[in-house]
Amino acid sequence: MMKNVVEVRDLRVVRGEHEVLPGISLDIEAGVTGLLGPSGCGKSTLLRTLVGAQRVRAGTVTVLGEPAGSPGLRDRVGYVTQAASVYGDLTVAENLGFFARVLGVAPGAVDDAIDAVALGDHRDRVVARLSGGQRNRVSLAVALLGTPDLLVLDEPTVGLDPVLRRDLWGLFHRLAAAGSAVLVSSHVMDEAERCDRLLLMREGRIIADGTPYDIRDRTGAADVEEAFLRLVEVAA
Amino acid sequence: MNPRTTLAVAGRVLTQVRRDHRTLVMLLVVPCALISLLWWMFEDVPGGMFDRFGPGLLAMFPFIVMFLVTSVTTLRERSSGTLERLLTMPMGKLDLLLGYALAFGLLAAVQSALAVAVSVGLLGLDVEGPVWLLGLVAVVDAVLGTALGLLVSAFAATEFQAVQFMPLLVLPQVLLCGLFVPRAALPGVLETVSDALPLSYAVDAMQHLVASSDTAAVGRDVAVVLAFAVGALALGAGTLRRRTA
Repeated sequence: MMKNVVEVRDLRVVRGEHEVLPGISLDIEAGVTGLLGPSGCGKSTLLRTLVGAQRVRAGTVTVLGEPAGSPGLRDRVGYVTQAASVYGDLTVAENLGFFARVLGVAPGAVDDAIDAVALGDHRDRVVARLSGGQRNRVSLAVALLGTPDLLVLDEPTVGLDPVLRRDLWGLFHRLAAAGSAVLVSSHVMDEAERCDRLLLMREGRIIADGTPYDIRDRTGAADVEEAFLRLVEVAA
Repeated sequence: MNPRTTLAVAGRVLTQVRRDHRTLVMLLVVPCALISLLWWMFEDVPGGMFDRFGPGLLAMFPFIVMFLVTSVTTLRERSSGTLERLLTMPMGKLDLLLGYALAFGLLAAVQSALAVAVSVGLLGLDVEGPVWLLGLVAVVDAVLGTALGLLVSAFAATEFQAVQFMPLLVLPQVLLCGLFVPRAALPGVLETVSDALPLSYAVDAMQHLVASSDTAAVGRDVAVVLAFAVGALALGAGTLRRRTA
């Protein structure tokens, strides 16, 4: 049986005076996992700990069997921040080419990544002149370089048109079928049904964990949004 | 140390500058224009004033320009999230800084070659030492500017703040480098301060090269400037954190 891709134990993160994560534990398996919760609930902070970008007060975060942020993980984990972290003054292909050289992957991977996010027609356009959604897809393409074992995607579908959103979820499932674990955060509850597994988060805590079916079943709710509300009410 | 990532960063920075035509033209043309202006200012003044002030200016251009360009570029990298992304990848901190230093050092080499060519070829600056060594000193000055720019970008939250570091860190060096008052003629305290500032050695090196063909003193000055640059790069690497709050 395959081990958990991510294991978080008693993770505490404090930013300034504010305790963002008060000591949470969770596991992430292969497949597409959705991390859902309202803005400001600590999703991005949790994702940052997985890639080793977040200073941690206490607890352990293990990714692919190593402590998060270990040098050995740096070419095995793909990470997309909420804002498109690419160079606005370079073209799509130049951005991808640069990150491919940093990661040491073959130049052929650049075209595959551009095709995967459907930006083939824009490959020689300067990123700053693309729309916000297109810029986010360039950022996503960078994370796909070198087919990482774990993809950490912070709100990758925000602001995208429904057709493109559907295509990207299709891509996430193809990547998962090919063996990558995909962790996608979103504050839009209607994306829940597209995930193999869900982690519902509120105020720094995981309030539910399971398949969308499990969570609806357990709460007797018609959809995940309603399930979320019921869980919050029960806790109150 | 990884040459692959260092070269990737240098290549990327150069592509970004090439994309930005206005910056590129200013980098290359403005020093030539200013040195010509200096020559013109002293045209009717007897006493070889251009030979006295020209070398100092040649040392200052690459330093000041690269300081500004680097601090703003690096700050942009920090605020756009690309720095955080790069540091989650197999990218050494020193490799990143060396990539920047390499790219801006190359730009400075071209900039200085033009400024030296205009000064010596067109404006008749008398150089006793080897002319190519003027170019080398200029490149080392540029690397120093780049290194200091990288360092201060860690202490600035906005591009506006980064630019404010110029009057704070650069202008005192310009005033005390020996261009306005010979360093030996400064009040004792200021002479000591001047001895501790890298630009003083950069200007000394240029003035030595123009005045004499003895290059031993130039070698010493260049070594001091390089030591400052390496120190600033090391401190700069220390300010890059993979984990932030």
